[in-house]
Amino acid sequence: MADGFDIRRIDRRFIFVLIFVAVAWPLIQPMRLPIDVSPPVQGIYDAIEAVPAGSIVMLGGDYSPDSMPELQPMVETFVRHAFSKDLRVVIACLWPASPPLVERVTTPLAAEFGKEYGVDYVNLGYMAGGIVTLLGMGASIPNTFPTDYGGTPVGEIPLMQEVEDFDDIAIVMEVSAGTPGTREWVQQVQSRFGVTLASGVTAVSAPNFYPYIQSGQLVGLLGGLKGAAEYETLVGAPGDATKGMDAQSIVHALIVLFIILGNVTYFATRRRQAPAS
Amino acid sequence: MNWVQMLFNGPPGTPPSVVWGYWVAAILTISIYSFLFKDNPLYKFAESLFVGVGAGYWVCLLYHETIVPKLLQPLFFPVEGESIAWLRIFPGILAIFMLLRFYPKLGWLSRWALAFIVGMYSAVNITGFAQGDFVTQIHATITTPLSSGGTLAIILNVAAILGVIAVLTYFFFSKEHKGALGGVAKVGIWFLMVAFGASFGYTVMGRVSLLIGRMTFLLRDWLHLIE
Repeated sequence: MADGFDIRRIDRRFIFVLIFVAVAWPLIQPMRLPIDVSPPVQGIYDAIEAVPAGSIVMLGGDYSPDSMPELQPMVETFVRHAFSKDLRVVIACLWPASPPLVERVTTPLAAEFGKEYGVDYVNLGYMAGGIVTLLGMGASIPNTFPTDYGGTPVGEIPLMQEVEDFDDIAIVMEVSAGTPGTREWVQQVQSRFGVTLASGVTAVSAPNFYPYIQSGQLVGLLGGLKGAAEYETLVGAPGDATKGMDAQSIVHALIVLFIILGNVTYFATRRRQAPAS
Repeated sequence: MNWVQMLFNGPPGTPPSVVWGYWVAAILTISIYSFLFKDNPLYKFAESLFVGVGAGYWVCLLYHETIVPKLLQPLFFPVEGESIAWLRIFPGILAIFMLLRFYPKLGWLSRWALAFIVGMYSAVNITGFAQGDFVTQIHATITTPLSSGGTLAIILNVAAILGVIAVLTYFFFSKEHKGALGGVAKVGIWFLMVAFGASFGYTVMGRVSLLIGRMTFLLRDWLHLIE
């Protein structure tokens, strides 16, 4: 291959440029490639659809700004789904950075759906302790979160008058980027208190949680941007995740092409370099 | 409003601080990505700034979200009508013990705090793991093969059981992997490779998603080229 074209000698910056174009171009010129809904995402949608109007659902927001591109669309779609079905939402966070991120979603959506803070939804904010906090919530949510994110005692919040423990929660949607997160919710809450649990996680961690679907511990799972886009499709509110799926698909196709090209070149080179028998 | 005005003033009603925040974020994003071309002072500056700001952000966040509302306020400024939470003195003391690592003469006290954390978390985690993960997963593997509906589901469930047996065989080291045992272990390797492949695929998807997030910020919030 000394004289011919060798793909292994391509400047890797050429690949970076291709990836850049493959991401930017579909964002500027959307192709609207079809988004198929997978059973784990359908499971979440069906579980929330089955909850009667007026019920209380919980959103566990356990993420930080670095995972926002993947997880914020999930939070937004879940809150939109809940508000559109007249479900009341209690938000509880085990990560200190989460409460303001969730509030960026709830405030505009509450205005859009005409929901009132304290009556239709409440942000209990962050509580330190991880799994200890989860166990405390199993005994008493008001005792574990004595005030909301703004410092108002929960005793003065109308919605919290109807919430004592997980028995009052129809379904928990846990959106998590790490620890404490989905695994802790499964181990400490779902298994002990029998809560109906759904989850949205980053793509990197998604394979770790699929066994929980088969065992019935999770009713469904949103894995990364793809899961969020599928959920947006089901709820009928295409957002950032849906917009990003064209770029995601094109880049994946490009990477697959690189892998095939790399392997073909590798085997071709090895064959040429092998000593003649 | 033309594009240049949008670039420097943002959409109507956008506060100047937000517009300049977008500019700073955009310049830092480009500085970080400039490393892909080659290492350069802009990248080094952005990286150092990120480390410093990140550390400062977390210190402030934890101080205002944990130390103030969970320790200082309940101890010194309790909510009207509530008594002083004296019990919180103990976690406060343990927290101070942790900081004594910086003072060699009393550094040994930090081990008390660590011992408390390790002991307490082990106790809570072991029961939770055993109940919620270990036993439940074994139970699900044993009982699900024929309980799920549909031929495909049954085939996949049986494949999962075969996968568990094959992978466990691969990690059985008390006998040399030869003959039938070696064959099953080899099947286990195949299952592991498929699992690693799926995991790698999801990792690629996650990284691309983050790139899409940054690109959306640059093209939409900063340059106003997309909706």
